[in-house]
Formats: sequence, C-alpha cells, structure tokens
Amino acid sequence: MNNKERKELAMWAVEFAKQKGASEVAASINNSRSVEIEVREQKIEKIKESTTNGLSLNIYRDHKYSGHSTNNLNKKDLEKFITEAVEATKYLTADEFRELPDPSLYPADLNRDLKIEDKSYNSVAPEQRVQIAKEIEQVARSKSDKIISATGGFSDDYSESVLVHSNGLIAERASTSFWAGGEVTVRDGDARPEGYHWGGSRHFKTMPTPEELGSKAAENAIRKMGQTKIASGKYDMLIENRTAGRLLYMFVRPMSARALQQKSSYLDGMLGQEIASPVLTVIDDPLMEGGFASRLYDGQGIAARQRTMIEKGVLKEYYVDNYYGKKLGMTPNGGSTSNIRFDLGTRGFDAIVKDINKGIFVTSFNGGNSNSTTGDFSFGVSGFLVEGGKIIKPVNEMNISGNAKEFWKQLAELGNDPYQYSSILSPTLVFKDIDFSGL
Amino acid sequence: MKAIINRRDFLKAGAVTAVGAAVLPHVLSGCTTGPAKIGGNMTIHDYLEHFGVTEQMIQQIIAEGLSKGGDYCDLFFQHSIGNYIGLEDNAVNRAYSDISFGVGIRVLKGDQTGYSFSEEVSLNAMKSAARTAANIANSSATVEPVAFESPKLPSYYMIKTPWEEISINEKIPYLQQVNDKVFAMDSRVIKSNVWFNDETSYVLFANSEGLMTCDYQPMAQLSVSVTAEQNGQKEQNYFDYSGRRGIEFFTPEAINTLATEAVKRTVSLFDAVKPKAGELPVVLAAGSSGILLHEAIGHGMEADFNRKETSIFSDKIGKKVANDFVTIVDDGTNPNIRGSINVDDEGNNTEKTYLVAGGTMESYLHDRISAQHYGVKPTGNGRRESFRHMPMPRMRNTYMENGPHKKDEIIESVKYGVYAESFSNGQVMIGAGDFTFYVKSGYLIEDGKLTRPIKDINIIGNGPKVLADIEMVADDLKMAEGGWTCGKNGQGVPVSQGLPTVKVSKITVGGVNA
Repeated sequence: MNNKERKELAMWAVEFAKQKGASEVAASINNSRSVEIEVREQKIEKIKESTTNGLSLNIYRDHKYSGHSTNNLNKKDLEKFITEAVEATKYLTADEFRELPDPSLYPADLNRDLKIEDKSYNSVAPEQRVQIAKEIEQVARSKSDKIISATGGFSDDYSESVLVHSNGLIAERASTSFWAGGEVTVRDGDARPEGYHWGGSRHFKTMPTPEELGSKAAENAIRKMGQTKIASGKYDMLIENRTAGRLLYMFVRPMSARALQQKSSYLDGMLGQEIASPVLTVIDDPLMEGGFASRLYDGQGIAARQRTMIEKGVLKEYYVDNYYGKKLGMTPNGGSTSNIRFDLGTRGFDAIVKDINKGIFVTSFNGGNSNSTTGDFSFGVSGFLVEGGKIIKPVNEMNISGNAKEFWKQLAELGNDPYQYSSILSPTLVFKDIDFSGL
Repeated sequence: MKAIINRRDFLKAGAVTAVGAAVLPHVLSGCTTGPAKIGGNMTIHDYLEHFGVTEQMIQQIIAEGLSKGGDYCDLFFQHSIGNYIGLEDNAVNRAYSDISFGVGIRVLKGDQTGYSFSEEVSLNAMKSAARTAANIANSSATVEPVAFESPKLPSYYMIKTPWEEISINEKIPYLQQVNDKVFAMDSRVIKSNVWFNDETSYVLFANSEGLMTCDYQPMAQLSVSVTAEQNGQKEQNYFDYSGRRGIEFFTPEAINTLATEAVKRTVSLFDAVKPKAGELPVVLAAGSSGILLHEAIGHGMEADFNRKETSIFSDKIGKKVANDFVTIVDDGTNPNIRGSINVDDEGNNTEKTYLVAGGTMESYLHDRISAQHYGVKPTGNGRRESFRHMPMPRMRNTYMENGPHKKDEIIESVKYGVYAESFSNGQVMIGAGDFTFYVKSGYLIEDGKLTRPIKDINIIGNGPKVLADIEMVADDLKMAEGGWTCGKNGQGVPVSQGLPTVKVSKITVGGVNA
C-alpha cells in the first residue's frame, strides 16, 4: 500500500464510521519499515527486519469519545471493527469538549519540506549497515585491553502516515531516521562498568562516523573505571549535554493543559512568572529542518509553530492540546513537545569546568523521578568529582534531590555546545549548590 | 522517530499493558478467521483454526526459514485484544481498544538470531518473512518436515469469563464505585482518575524440533490516581490492582481497598518530610518492595548478560553472596499473578527458579540461546513483548522467601532510617551493579518507631553490596498488588515481585544536607 492508497482507505474509514453513527472521526494509517542489527565479535548477533501497519480511529459520537487501533487493514475486517467501535462509544458519558479541533487550527501549508525524509532510503544496502556496525565494534574494542564486551549496532526506519479528519483535514508525511552506536563493558575489579554512545540523523549520508561512535562508546566505559561513592553534601553540578535533556521532562508534564486541568501541576497559575533562572530560555521548535521531532502538524492535526516556552526564566506558554484546551477555555496550540532548543551561552565545557571549585560533573542519570504536582524530584547519578577546576575522579551510586521550584533558579550557566543526537538539544548546564547524597 | 536506544533496564508501576483496553460491547476478533472459540479451554486445533493456518503450512514456513542453513526456526503467532476505559472528572468519558495480530519468525544459527514478522498469515507473506529471517545463515539446506507434538501444559490463570465476553457497560460501574469511594473518604480529595484495562492474548508457538504449544493469557488492571489539597498544598498518589485475573477478582472488598489505599497514600503526603541525605538503614515493607530484588539481582542474573560477561554477577554462581536466611526466586507458577506464564514464549516449561538459595548464588535465568551456551536446561524465562519482538531472558515473579525475623523487631532495631512502602520505578546498570528505585511514600524510622511520612526520594545501591547487607528478613512475604512492567532493550513485559519485611543495613537515600 502506498500513501495514496492509505489516504483512500482512511477516507473510506471516516465515511464508514459516520454511516454507522459517528458525528466526527479522525483516522490515521501508518506504515513503518525498520531494520535493526547488532554485531558482536565481528559476527551478526541479531538482525531484525520488519514492516508494520496500523490504523487508528478517534470516534466522536454526540460528544462521546473513544479511540481504537488495529494492525489488520483488511477492509472486510475493518467494517466489523469500525461498526463495533462506533457502537461501543454510545455507552460512554457525553462530554461537551469532546470534538475534533477547529479547522482553523489545521496547517495551511502542507508542502513545506522539513528535510526529515531521506529519499535514498531504499538504496542503503544491508551490507552497508552491517559494515558500519562492525566498524563501530572494531574501533571501540581497539581502545583498551580492559574491554570485556563490545557491540556495534545499526538501526533505521522509514515511516509513512496519513491523517484524515472528517471536518476537513487530509494530510500525509514521510520520514526516515538512521541510528548507529556502540556499547562497551570494561573489567574494573569486581565491577564491569558499561558505556554507550549512539548517534543518528534523518539522512544516511550525514550520520556520525563509526570512528566517532566507537571511540566515544569506549571512552564512556573506560572513564568510569575506579568509580566510587563520595561524601554527601552540597556541590555545584555540571551536567553533560547528552544527559541534561532528561531534566527537561521535569517541566513537560506540569506544563501540559491536562496537568493544569487535573490540578496536578506545580506550574498552575505561574504563566508570566519567573520559574527558572534568567539564563534559561527554552524554545519548542517543530519546524527545524532535519530535527528528530520536526513536524508540520501534531497527532491531533494541529499546525506546528515555534513557541518560546520559557523566556529568560519566565513561563510564557503551556502545552495545550485540543480537549483540555477546550475544557480550560484556552486556545489549543499542540499538546506535546517537539524539538527543544535553548538560548546558548558563550563557553564550552572545558572553559566552564575551570571555574568550578567543588562540583560534580554528572554524565549519567540512573533511575529517579519527579513529581509534577509538587515539583519534588530525586535522581540517581554518576559522573566525576571536580575540584579546583579539574576533573579529579569518577563517582557513582549517588542521588541528587530537591524541588523544581528552587532547582531551576539555581541554574547558573548554559554552555555553547548543544547535543545533536536528540530532539532535546541541550548544552552543558551548570547548577549551584545541589544536594547530593552519597556516603 | 526512534528514540536513542537506552539499554538500561527498568521497571515501572502502573503502566498500561501494550496499548489500551477493550471497550467493545461484543467479541471483537479483528480477523476474518475469527475465534471460533474463545477463552482458556481451546485445543491446539482451535488455535490453528483461530490463526487460519495448518500444520502443513507451518512445516513449509519452517522449511523456508531453514533454507539457508539455519540450525533452528520457530514461529510465534499472537492475537491480542486490549481494552481501556477511563474515568475523569466524575464521568466515564473515554475508552480505547487495540487489536494486534501477526506471526514472528525466528531463525538461529549458533547464538546468532535472524528475525522478522508478518502481520498477515497468508502462506506467501509468512514465507517472505521466513526468507528474511533465514538470512542469518548463508549456505543452503533442505529440511524434512517434522511431526508436531503438544505437551500438556499447566494452567496458572484460569478465569471465569473471558474478557471478550464482558461488555463496556458491565465495566463502567466499577470505575464509578471507585470514584465515589475516593471522594466519600476524605473531603480534601479534589481529583480522581480511574482506569480499567484488560488484555487477552492468544499465542500459538511451533518450532523446527516438532514442539507446538498454545496459551491463552488474560490480564486485567484497575487503577486510581488521587489528588488532594490542604491549605493550598496539593499532593497526588496512586494505587492499583493487576494480575492475570477475571472480573470476579474485583470484589466490593477489592474496590474498597483500592480506594482506601489510594486516598491514604495521598493525604499522608501532606505531612511528609525528606530524610537526611546519605547512607541509612532501609527497611522495605512487605509487598512491592520486591522491586529491590528485581533491580539489585534479577536483571544481573539474566543469562544473556552473563553469556557476554557484562553482568556484575558473571562469576558468582556457587558463591556465597548473602546471609543464610536469604532465598530469592523467580517464579512463573504463582496462580493469577501478573508475571506468571503457563509456558514461556519459546515453548519451554515454566518453573520456580532459585537465584539465591540459603545465601548462595544458584542459577541464572535462561532463554534458549543462553541455556544452550551454558549447557543447561532452559528455565522458562524466554519472553517477548509481542510477535514483533525476539525473545530474551526476562523475569516473571521475583520474590524473597520468608526469613526468621518479625516485622516489629526489624523496625525496632533501627535508630534512624527509612521505611519504604510504595514505589513508582526502578532501574539498574547491569555491569556496574548500581541500581535505583524511587520511593513514592514511606516513613522515617526514629528510635525504633515509624514517625513522619516521607515522599519522593530515590534510593541507590549496588547489587552485590546490598545483597550482603540484608541483615534481617521477616516472615510476612507479600506479593505486589499492582501492575509492574519491566523494560529491557525496548521490550516491555508484565512482571510482579514480592518481599517479606526486610532490613538492609545501609543504602544511599536521596535527601537533604543539613
């Protein structure tokens, strides 16, 4: 099935559901082809190739709402599926806010090229993928004789989808992504610390090199050798750019309209107020070319636009989806995050670390969570002790704890080094006086 | 978009299994071949009919899979139906359903795996997937068809009525009752969210050694999240019941406990404090605290890691790792518990596997590949998220057996420490052995007594160190009530865990520095 046929099937599904009693319908059909390869000791350990299909339907029947999905796109089976789905919806409680988005929110320009599809996807040969994975392993393994295990990996996918809304949206998109990386374990007495590094791109030809991926994977494991727990106390905290993105999730849930409406957001009522240090500006940018979360419209068909979420520490916007937006009387602007960018600082990690007298450079989180209702958080961390501007030794098995309300005000500096291999393009971050638990 | 692959393994609470849940008023088959029969009493013949295949077709697909010289081939047919109904703002105003149907085809060459799947069960589509998987080998071979045998399987999760026969309007009152109870219990409650989800999975497995098995796997979960407000301060917490259960499990008593626990765990947070940062004695309450075992030892004992020597437990079999009263098992046979399986996803028998017996490391958790590598019998831990995934060693229900101490004497033995009661998630780094779990609620222990509540702290320890530091084990083993989902290499599987009251002499607790 190609996108044209998918579009026809989605339009048929919408019409069929309406015939069966739905007032409004959204239908999307997706197809994704993917390959995953793992290489160990220069042999293919695992290879998986697959194609998956799916149809999702959102049904609004007199303001009663339900959602359904199936991977069986046989039309005869779909007739039964849709009939039952529409039928089931009538048992639910009507809710005046359950309806499709207003068509004025749909994208006006569906032809803009966000450069997220590699048109030469099909010309990437299976042998090329295996070769890259093998090179990554080889590079990694060459870095130390302490390495017990190294694997190289490659994965990619090609996704196509169509979205049809009964009130006037017909949209389609296609995207590709390629990822490769390595995972390395080293012997360190009784322990066997592991490190990994993965990098990717929307386009095959702009992928990071096996040399970069293999070296970093090995370095990330080797640098952990001799790691120990150190004394509890307040330390300045530097966070490596590839790890820092995780902290942003502390904002994402409390910034959602659902959390506001459900009274589970510590950011309720904070619009226009300072919620972070003035050095922090966070931009949600779905229209970035080649971004891992770039899109012209979101899952609800709402047109994507660039939004400044936090400007110089002040909360400027929430993530408002269609349903909760209507419930709160707020204009829906898209309920989910896309690419996250920051206003960058002027210095890189090497310059920043020189000014740290007593700190911990966090390179990895291990578990932990945050509470969107209260802002409380606690995360496991590992990284390095920094004293007098120098990295002294690796540390592990420690926690950081605090409350987001104060924590983000302790942000002192952002680096100029955004991480490329994620939809959260975080630079190095520096926080002052963070509570670390260790010995 | 594919997220960056993160190979760390985790466990989280309250996850909705697969995609949502079925809302449909009638049987929803999702395939023309449709279930002629449903429920737990189907024979192999019924399953073949259900998937619209014959033994001859399966033999042909296996032959295709082995045509390039592979050693072994298996087929995993699965049809799953999930339903989810949600209550919010006092109304049951949302429902979701998901149907997933297909066959996974795996070919092994030594310990190398080729995998593909097909969402169509036509002979041509399946043969094409088999050819893709076959490419892990690169010679050629012709195989003779094998005759299939189907051993009699145990039955650890019979339920009274298949979920497909329970209509949406029969489920709705359960959500309303929970909601009503939650609001009636405490005037500080301002929001309540209730979810009911069920999933039914039909699995037919066949391999090139002539083994054919089938299994009917029900799952249900009823969850409630509560937000309460007092003097402008808001707190939220959660409770759920989950297991391979039928609707008969959700008795008025169960509904009552669900609502009561959720409210109790929420309002206690108003007075919660943070403990002192650093290493403290930690007492784990009986029940879901088994998360300690899942993270501290369970993942590290999965034999795929050990085969590659990447686990901190790689050379510990036969060694003394804990006090004599510490016995830790991973068990697939507990009736109706969430992680139980009648047969694993590679057709192997399930069992109760001893990880640690009397303080000594006893066995890894094996799938087919690792059992072959070590020359041992598979332990029935070969599991997968769905037909779209290849199996690997996974936990089932992981728990510690009862010990010689009493709960009260354990708490009394602590001068200043933490009593951890409910959890949201955990994680482990297999090689370093560092594991964590996040405490949603519990108490401080001061001078041998539970005093002020605590909330939102992460606990971090090292697997082998914490095992050695288990000082006391009580006689009150309890299994977790809730729906835990374990994630590994991007695959989620339902698991459970349990623990008697246990004291660990010291672990690093997230907290504040004076």
